Amino acid sequence: MSGGPGLESLVDQTISVITNDGRNIVGILKGFDQATNIILDESHERVYSTKEGVQQLVLGLYIIRGDNISIVGELDEELDANLDLSKLRAHPLKPVVH
Amino acid sequence: MLFFSYFKDLVGREVTVELKNDLAIRGTLHSVDQYLNIKLENTRVVDQENYPHMLSVRNCFIRGSVVRYVQLPPEGVDVELLHDATRREARGG
Repeated sequence: MSGGPGLESLVDQTISVITNDGRNIVGILKGFDQATNIILDESHERVYSTKEGVQQLVLGLYIIRGDNISIVGELDEELDANLDLSKLRAHPLKPVVH
Repeated sequence: MLFFSYFKDLVGREVTVELKNDLAIRGTLHSVDQYLNIKLENTRVVDQENYPHMLSVRNCFIRGSVVRYVQLPPEGVDVELLHDATRREARGG
């Protein structure tokens, strides 16, 4: 943030990114810039479905363009460990409509 | 600049941000920047049943470009002041 640090406080933390097309990607924030482009290490995508549990697809080292980012959330590892992803059923997130 | 200043004054308040993908997130306004990107703390998704995607997230950064509405507590809004400020901005800008 001009004034505050912005995403700086989240560097080297595990974050959950929601993209404009409704995808959820979890990884470690390695870098970012003013355009909110981000570098995510050890990333995986969590695919939600109403028919089966959450699928996790390993992606590795990713750069996500800022244009395509909706939310960057700080993942609370404790809360996340308590989740049983195999039991979670949900509709996929809707894409962003401008 | 007007809304940037306005949001800076609202830091610490509980707000609900509704996004363009229909997700609504409630939390305490932590900070805002020139792009009106918003950082919220102590977040919960409004309809957690249908949106479990953010269950393990308690603090988040929301990109300004994706915000549809920012719902404010009525006590936090001085309509007269805003009215004057926007009038001045419209005149000067």
